[in-house]
Amino acid sequence: MLLSCWLLSVTTMVNAATPAADTQSIQIGYLELQHETPPLLSNVLPDPQDNALQGALLGISDNNAGGRFLGLAYSLEQARSYDEAELLAALHRFQQQGIQLLLVNAPAQTLTTMANQYPELLFFNVGSYDDSLRLNQCVANVLHTLPSRAMLTDAMAQWLIRKKLKKWLLISGTRPEDKDYANAVRRSAKRFGGKIVAAKDWTFDSDLRRSAQTEVPLFTQTKEYDAVVVADEVGDFGEFLLYNTWYPRPVTGTQGLKPVGWHRVIEQWGAAQLQSRFDRQASRWMTDKDYAAWAAIRSIGESLSHQIPYSATDIRSHLLSSRFELAGFKGRKLTYRHWNGQLRQPIALVHPRALVSQSPQEGYLHPYTELDTLGFDQPESQCRLVDQAD
Amino acid sequence: MNSPFKQLLVSAALITPLLLPVSAQAALAYVSNEKDNSLSIIDLDSFAVVDTIEVGQRPRGITFNHDYSLLYICASDDDTVQVMDVATQRIVASLPSGEDPEQFALHPDGDRLYISNEDSALVTVVNPLTHLVTGQIDVGVEPEGMAVSPDGKLVVNTSETTSMLHWIDTSTNQLIHNTKVDQRPRYVQFSKDGNRLWASAEIGGTVSVIDVASKEELHKIRFNIRGIHRDKVQPVGVKLTSDGRYAFVALGPANHVAVVDANTWEVLDYLLVGRRVWHMALTPDEKFLLTTNGISGDVSVIDIERMKVTKSIKVGRYPWGLAIKPD
Repeated sequence: MLLSCWLLSVTTMVNAATPAADTQSIQIGYLELQHETPPLLSNVLPDPQDNALQGALLGISDNNAGGRFLGLAYSLEQARSYDEAELLAALHRFQQQGIQLLLVNAPAQTLTTMANQYPELLFFNVGSYDDSLRLNQCVANVLHTLPSRAMLTDAMAQWLIRKKLKKWLLISGTRPEDKDYANAVRRSAKRFGGKIVAAKDWTFDSDLRRSAQTEVPLFTQTKEYDAVVVADEVGDFGEFLLYNTWYPRPVTGTQGLKPVGWHRVIEQWGAAQLQSRFDRQASRWMTDKDYAAWAAIRSIGESLSHQIPYSATDIRSHLLSSRFELAGFKGRKLTYRHWNGQLRQPIALVHPRALVSQSPQEGYLHPYTELDTLGFDQPESQCRLVDQAD
Repeated sequence: MNSPFKQLLVSAALITPLLLPVSAQAALAYVSNEKDNSLSIIDLDSFAVVDTIEVGQRPRGITFNHDYSLLYICASDDDTVQVMDVATQRIVASLPSGEDPEQFALHPDGDRLYISNEDSALVTVVNPLTHLVTGQIDVGVEPEGMAVSPDGKLVVNTSETTSMLHWIDTSTNQLIHNTKVDQRPRYVQFSKDGNRLWASAEIGGTVSVIDVASKEELHKIRFNIRGIHRDKVQPVGVKLTSDGRYAFVALGPANHVAVVDANTWEVLDYLLVGRRVWHMALTPDEKFLLTTNGISGDVSVIDIERMKVTKSIKVGRYPWGLAIKPD
């Protein structure tokens, strides 16, 4: 194969001075299924148009800073479309070009279609929080750098229980993703000892910007709770629950105190440097999807700098092995779960202006790593991408 | 003229000269307080804070010039290296350091300061005497640790995100070699004879001992503290005693300093210090080791002969760097 011949040159280039003479080009694909945002009540701060893409670009630039000492030049081949068929055509083109590794920012279904069509390529999920991908779908050639919903709600549940806030009122929107989030909350409640004292669906369509103060107190007048957990992923009504609930209790979930894979307020563990590099490049805040894309590209960069060949098979087995570790500005090394390809990571709990806490919370023990108290642990997941991390 | 008032003056005059020289003669430790924009000065006879000086924003790395008349201070958020006149405690100059200076090292000749620019993947070389930039060298992402070899021929810089040691020839300012180490290398120190380089990797959780001649790793030291998960053992600062006997490694959020046999590379002991221990310095007689503990906001004192932590001294918020001025 063409790839193996330049690999020899990579190993010899490690010791050379900068810049390396015969540079090898490393292309990584980026595929995004764009979507129209539905009309929202809380529409003050829309999601950025280039969500995830900017994170991938920063990853490329970070990889290149080290890659030039190794004779590697990284680039991103992008395809973004509202049409899945167009993306599949682009994917075919990328595959013809010799691209082995791709980031996908799309819903679970598009991702699995792609991965199943091209089993010889390796995909990084940077766009879907879907639990079933990590629990029972187990697509062998997909790794996930974005946390699952279960990881997010477990992180939140640990914090609530630690604060002795055990009784929850669960309010869910009616969109499918809200129901998925609500189901993740139910699972986390069961897992960590939370009690859902009441569960209600938000079906109102009045404009809460004017009426939240009168509608929400009545809506939240249920059996007494310690906290309100909200499942409203697109941000339709959740922002209006805060300070309007019948009992004056904290709001957490998709709004209020929010469990996230990344947020601008994270500046500990050297993160200030990553944030300022991102700010300079993108002129906006770095989101969880940006972070997932950055982590995927950096995972590839770290593998190649350890002289792993640029091939989907080799990189996949390296990333799922115990030899891989990534410094990701989260206070500890990040690794992949060998059973379902999920990137292990601490989950931040934030409000818009500050980091409140980081889960796993102290005291949640695990025989291997406390990070596996978040999301689907090996016994719970049906996935077995590899039998064990060697 | 034998008034009580005059007697008081006389005794004051007698006492004052006795009081003042204490701080002037004792060795002093200067501690940079990252989140207080200040330096705490610790008297190393009494181990008490005797003064606090306001400096630039986010002071981190600090180091003295060779005759201890000047202190160089990385004022990271001011994008400058400040020069403090030690006698008057005044900032007398600001060096053009490049963006976000974090750590630096002074060449034995005293005319070259090698500065890590954490935000721009550069090492800036500044002449602290003429205040001129004499070179800039491209390195990996987030350059941090910096050390000059005892013979002055080599500079080694670590890049945290690229996870490499970058070897720079001081005569040409050219990069001559890169050594890949574990994740997030933070600090490098040469042994006194210049044959070995010790490099800590914070997220990797290891310290690499590198052979300077071949630039290859000879050994990797791992740490194992009972009751602390290995991922939380995060080595940052490294200090070697000049008798070649010990290496001390600050283990960050593990809140311990590892005592390592510098010859066998065996970890001998773990000493509990304050929270999030980062950098260290030895007193001039090498009887004591001082550590900065960021989260607890104090400095721990380790008695090296007894291998015990004997004192902790409250300083400012987020103490970061340490520099010691002999008496």
